[in-house]
Amino acid sequence: MKILKMSAIAVAVTMSCVSTAQAADLTIATVNNGHMIEMQKLTGHFEKANPGINVNWVTLDEGTLRSRVTTDIATKGGQFDVMTIGMYEAPMWGAKGWLEALDFDASYDVDDILPAMRGGLSHGGNLYAAPFYGESSMIMYRKDLMDAAGMTMPDNPTWGHIEDAAAAMTDKDNGVYGICLRGKPGWGDNMAFITTLANSFGAQWFDMEKKPQLDSPAWNHAVNFYVDLLTNYGPPGSSGNSFNEILALTNAGKCGMWIDATIAASFVSDPSQSSVAEHMAFAQSPVAVTHRGANWLWAWALAVPAGTQQSAEAQAFVQWATSKEYIELVAATNGWASVPTGTRSSTYANKNFTDAAVFADAELKAILSADPSNSTQAPSPFKGVQFQAIPEFADIAGAVGQQLSAALAGDITVEEALAESQKAADRAMRKAKYYK
Amino acid sequence: MMLNISQRKTVKHWATGLFAWLVALILFFPILWMIMTSFKTELQAISQPPLLFWETTFDNYILIQERSDYLKYAFNSLYTSVGGTLLALIIAVPSAYAMAFFPGKYTKDILLWMLSTKMLPAVGVLIPIYMITQMGGLLDSIYPLILIFALMNLPIIMWMLFTYFKEIPKEILEAARMDGATTRDELRHIVMPLSWGGIASAGLLSLILCWNEAFWSIQLTASDAGTLAALIASYSSPEGLFWAKVSAASTMACAPIIVFGWFCQKQLVQGLTFGAVK
Amino acid sequence: MNSQSNISTQVQHKWLNVVNLLKAPSIILLLVWMIVPLSMTVYYSFVEYNLLYPGPKLFIGLENYSYFSTDSAFFPALFNTLVLVGSVLTITVVLGLALALLVNQPFFGRGVVRVLLISPFFIMPTVNALIWKNMMMDPNYGIFSVIADFFNVVPINFLEDLPLASIILMVSWQWTPFALLIFMTSLQSQDTEQKEAAQLDGAGFWSIFRFLTLPHLARPIAIVVMIQTIFHLSLFAEIFVTTGGGPGFASTNLAWLIYRQAFLAFDVGVASAGGVFAIILANIVAFFLIRAVGKNLTE
Repeated sequence: MKILKMSAIAVAVTMSCVSTAQAADLTIATVNNGHMIEMQKLTGHFEKANPGINVNWVTLDEGTLRSRVTTDIATKGGQFDVMTIGMYEAPMWGAKGWLEALDFDASYDVDDILPAMRGGLSHGGNLYAAPFYGESSMIMYRKDLMDAAGMTMPDNPTWGHIEDAAAAMTDKDNGVYGICLRGKPGWGDNMAFITTLANSFGAQWFDMEKKPQLDSPAWNHAVNFYVDLLTNYGPPGSSGNSFNEILALTNAGKCGMWIDATIAASFVSDPSQSSVAEHMAFAQSPVAVTHRGANWLWAWALAVPAGTQQSAEAQAFVQWATSKEYIELVAATNGWASVPTGTRSSTYANKNFTDAAVFADAELKAILSADPSNSTQAPSPFKGVQFQAIPEFADIAGAVGQQLSAALAGDITVEEALAESQKAADRAMRKAKYYK
Repeated sequence: MMLNISQRKTVKHWATGLFAWLVALILFFPILWMIMTSFKTELQAISQPPLLFWETTFDNYILIQERSDYLKYAFNSLYTSVGGTLLALIIAVPSAYAMAFFPGKYTKDILLWMLSTKMLPAVGVLIPIYMITQMGGLLDSIYPLILIFALMNLPIIMWMLFTYFKEIPKEILEAARMDGATTRDELRHIVMPLSWGGIASAGLLSLILCWNEAFWSIQLTASDAGTLAALIASYSSPEGLFWAKVSAASTMACAPIIVFGWFCQKQLVQGLTFGAVK
Repeated sequence: MNSQSNISTQVQHKWLNVVNLLKAPSIILLLVWMIVPLSMTVYYSFVEYNLLYPGPKLFIGLENYSYFSTDSAFFPALFNTLVLVGSVLTITVVLGLALALLVNQPFFGRGVVRVLLISPFFIMPTVNALIWKNMMMDPNYGIFSVIADFFNVVPINFLEDLPLASIILMVSWQWTPFALLIFMTSLQSQDTEQKEAAQLDGAGFWSIFRFLTLPHLARPIAIVVMIQTIFHLSLFAEIFVTTGGGPGFASTNLAWLIYRQAFLAFDVGVASAGGVFAIILANIVAFFLIRAVGKNLTE
């Protein structure tokens, strides 16, 4: 036993000597979201614990980052040792062998990662990206307005109920709108939300023959419902609203209900930035004909591209940034309300966290109920709740998002928008030879 | 009431001045507002109605400096802009000189062709350029940026210099040649002094265009060679409203070139004649 | 006699060599800069090459071209590209001229006014777009909405309702100073005696402008048109930051369509075909432009 310990120390010492001898520069690409910026600030702790590793950050906005890392990894540019990618890329890139399978030691407790997250970031049983923070979608609503309207919000409401509540809460003269939803075009903007709505209306992107289904009655029904709902009870200019815009509206007390990423809950319930913090309450995403795919699942995750020179150091960093210890470090620095959530069971088991975060239960429930491999009423050929894990999806959903945004703005009809969307999707799928 | 001529002149003078000031302030307002916003907190930045007076805060600037080393980005911008401009001038001055003083049959066609090389859309050729840069092991380095910037601006510089050189009266040169001046003397003592204005303004225009280039400088760099354009890209966030911080980063990125442009206004202007001085 | 002319040909010969030597670097470099990416682009446009599907690059003829040109956004994009260039040119030339005439008059603080007027030209296109999108045009917090509220009218949602016009506004704001700079320089070289003589003959402001100033500015206008056309044909940053080409295809231009293929679909083949279309369009525009204003350019 003693010998074992001694040799362990010896190994550790040699290893640290080796790493000091060859100072390693890690280049990490990431998005400029709040949690990542916090990670940058705390990097000093990692560098102190791992002498010889020097971390350089490349922070970009989401769109630019995605084009940047994809170009780099596909051309084997080798500019980054760690990349921040989403649940959309991780399994696809893992399958192509572009990412290193992550292999952490026992202290990491990989089984602590929420199964939905782990599944969504894995391919063929290998974890290719470690979740840094995760999210689902849920309803955030004004309990005071709901009470005033004489209504209650069940934990699992239907879309019909939401429509009634929106009608009851809307008070346009006082600038209060019953419902705020995303309308800004983008596969990660309006399409993330609309896909969950369509899922619950029984629609799907592709049937088992991989043919696009955007001209189906279910899509028509769903999108018409969405456009009517926002036109009648939504704020003006909804076709330009995404997360940020609606967050500002909600914090200013202008939205009765908002269905969006669970991460928003920590902002709208924070009195330092929200004027209605104490009135906010949470419920699960509404359903129509099915609960499947009614709420999305997303994670920002850290991955190590295959072929990096500093594989060991890069994995060490990923392990550090997604560990339980990191979450505790953030808690110690900024308080439990600010920790990255949606990744580990242990976070939700921690009483300090559940006390600090009023939304914890609703968020966990939403994440646990999302199943990327079974998210539509009829079976679908591809994985993903609010996206389809195929390379063509970003382009297709980008085009569809533009059409639906135009329909919401009233420039074209829903039927025209969906017909054009179907055409765009069909073209792209044919081009990629999914069918003839 | 009738005004006499000099009174009318004064009125006109003041009216013109007032109007010009008004227009100038309106056109400058967005920049002014950006600078003002950069000294507000995020809440003040979106307050309704907008605040004209507030307690200024430097927090945004401090925060940006903490998060990213401003000087590193600024120096990369400086090196690439100056490097690209100098390289372009070194290539362009002799060529434009030769074309202006010894025009061949195809000189004009060549000049127009040069301009047309600028019409290739950058997004369309990113992948080829990226792969060439990568093969040379030069990703995330300022050298390919310097080369690209030089080539990007070469057509316009060539053109400005060509038209400027053409305005230099040939008689002076012929007289000098009669006196036995060599090409070098000719360049040094006659052409150069007469062309400083053109070279300076071509260089300044190129500097401005390089400084503000955002596509290549983001796509071809990572952590070492990022320019100020890359700094901006790291502050326009989709999650959370960060107008004050974006404004501060933007102000920091644009201030050097704006101030520089103000000081060099005269030099910039004097060569922009494109041969219009007759 | 004979030997002398021999010497002069020799001298001329030597001169020609020097001249060609001087011309060569710029021509060769630009040739390489143009030909290498261009030939790679043309090559990729004929093969199947998607970054996300590594594999052999099979020759597929004109498939990429037909795919790109049958996109529903293709014709709107062509149209928008031309509208963008045309509107920005018109606005900047007219406004630039007016401002140049204005600051050509003597008045108090002219130097400062000039400095303020040319400042937008020094702003990065990305920053330009961010300022206008966030602080000017935002329907809830932007300055325009504040002004609209003040007059009790419903604020216009610029980027949604007038996407192309909004982008034209941003670009014109940035490039009017460029036109102004060039016109200002030319106005300073205008013959004042001629102008004063015309004034004494009783010519009004408009006729002086029409018959003296405008002809004098013909060439600078041609320059401004030419240079701006080159820049605006491949306009991209402003659209990327603000509208993302929408809603629908309302602000999609050719460069944006290529971007979509290159960075959303990562289809290098189709994007390259789009690049070739852009080059063709640029050459058509250049052809007409040179016929229209070319005389002024190189004479």
